[in-house]
Amino acid sequence: MSDAAARRPRRSGLGLPTRHMVAGALFVLLAALPFIATAIGDPFLVVVFTRILVFAIAALSLDLILGYGALVSFGHAAYIGLGAYCVGILSRHGVTDLGVHLAAAIGLSAIFATVTGAIALRTRGVYFIMITLAFGQMAYFFFVSFAAYGGDDGMSLAQRSTVFGSDLLRDSTTLFYLTLAILVGFYVVASALVGSRFGRVISGTRENALRMQAIGFRPFRYQLVAFVIAGCMAAVAGVLLANQAMFVSPAYMSWHRSGELIVMVILGGIGTLIGGVVGAFVVLLLEEWLAVFTTHWRMGLGIVLILVVFFSPGGVSGLVQRLFGGNR
Amino acid sequence: MTNLLILQLLNGVQLGILLFLVAAGLTLIFGIMDFINIAHGVLYMVGAYLMATFVVITGNFWLALPVAMAAALLFGLLLEYTIFRRLYERSHLDQVLATFGLVMIVTEGVRMIWGSTPLSVPIPALLSGSIPLLGIIQYPVYRLAIIGTGLVVALGLYLVINHTRTGMLLRAGASNRPMVSALGVNVGQLFAFVFAFGAMLAAFAGAIVAPVLSVDSGMGASVLILTFVVIVIGGIGSIKGAFVAAILVGVVDTLGRSFGPILLQMVMDPSAASQTGRTLAPMLIYILMAVVLAVRPAGLFGGRPA
Repeated sequence: MSDAAARRPRRSGLGLPTRHMVAGALFVLLAALPFIATAIGDPFLVVVFTRILVFAIAALSLDLILGYGALVSFGHAAYIGLGAYCVGILSRHGVTDLGVHLAAAIGLSAIFATVTGAIALRTRGVYFIMITLAFGQMAYFFFVSFAAYGGDDGMSLAQRSTVFGSDLLRDSTTLFYLTLAILVGFYVVASALVGSRFGRVISGTRENALRMQAIGFRPFRYQLVAFVIAGCMAAVAGVLLANQAMFVSPAYMSWHRSGELIVMVILGGIGTLIGGVVGAFVVLLLEEWLAVFTTHWRMGLGIVLILVVFFSPGGVSGLVQRLFGGNR
Repeated sequence: MTNLLILQLLNGVQLGILLFLVAAGLTLIFGIMDFINIAHGVLYMVGAYLMATFVVITGNFWLALPVAMAAALLFGLLLEYTIFRRLYERSHLDQVLATFGLVMIVTEGVRMIWGSTPLSVPIPALLSGSIPLLGIIQYPVYRLAIIGTGLVVALGLYLVINHTRTGMLLRAGASNRPMVSALGVNVGQLFAFVFAFGAMLAAFAGAIVAPVLSVDSGMGASVLILTFVVIVIGGIGSIKGAFVAAILVGVVDTLGRSFGPILLQMVMDPSAASQTGRTLAPMLIYILMAVVLAVRPAGLFGGRPA
């Protein structure tokens, strides 16, 4: 179909070296944040930014499949929830070690992603969007009716995860640096991944699946692996979110959350990896800022979304590029 | 046991009918324009709120219904003209994003206008009470009326789609839009018609369900997801598929919730069974969807491969 190429999501045009430089600068700035927070006497900033970093990890993982594979997954928040519930449920039964929590979260989300991904990837376009949304809601309703672990109300955690028996993470700054380290690590891994042969097969399939098949690849396998990797990364974000909030609830996996993750990726610039991180900052800070003025802040966010779609293809980084000129 | 089965079967069919009314317009929008509309559930919600308002204003259910429908139709046309029209040629991602934004705007708008406390609509006197069905089974008249109305609408849709010129264009558009357009049909106009009509059907479903459910701003989201499942199972663009799948989903969901725990009691102790049953029942329809997709990726009646 000729209009398939025209209708695929646009990629932001910032060049790769620039992107890495922006990412590096952003990460260094973030590393200095706790000192800045202490200096201006607002330690709560660290808590706010830990939350933002958690969603940055989730958005980064979504960009991996959304930006590079054009797989519009509308159920990505389910993995955040799965990760969070691994912390909640294991802690309830006395297993508090972070390593175990992470292993359980990654294992469980890998299974969930493999099964649902294998079904969803049999389809394309609007089907794929609706099916991922439906599976996300399935996970949501599962935990809503799971009364033994709080059901709709969620459950509070007695303490944060322990690292080899010590309660290091009780300090919010330590948790902040752990989250930042994981984000940086995932950024490096994801960058390597999209530059590798594997990543090129994924991008090639986005451009033209038939041609990839013709030159001897089976796109399905590559897409499924990418889908699973993205799910596991989001589950790690869920583990961190549960620790940050010390609370686990089905609300983490509602479809609004999945939608917000897509919004973050688009606003920050799709297919750039760092765009998801920027988008998480933009969306969550916008939320905080709008919430100061009105309880109906969602309306503001909705209006921003429609305006971006109508007037600024490429999101924030596309806007930056158009204003200041790209280097491509 | 048989009595319970019949009652729950009727409840399931009633849910299915509602899902069909919402799904009918949406499946055509997906099918003809290859357009993903996250905001369709919002129209169902708006229909219910308009109904609640006009019942209070007019004090008469039968007067309020047509007024609410006309208002919903205008609202649908307004949305089509201001927002949807600009999105037809955009990527699926842009469509998801813009309609998701629309969901936020309308949902908050509804909260601003009507507040966040749920509203209720009284059942009209003509349709109140229950009638005996078989032996001792009583069933509310209003719910039977919902089923009957839905069946009449389904029949009407069938006649329009299979036996009128507009219906012929709709079917042709769903299977090959560029060809229909090349033959000189104004596809844009056709879509505006489908969209407004679909919006009205969704709002109609919201309006007639208002007396049996509480009207709140979350009702759109829950019905939207079920509608997606219905459309995926039935096959995009197929009204017949939407009807069969809607009844199937309605019945499976309702029976699963009521009989799941009972059946599980045969293999485990009662408290564990009711717990497990309540946790697993909501997942049934998604499993059903997965099975259908595994066998037929384009849905039960979907002609075009996904």
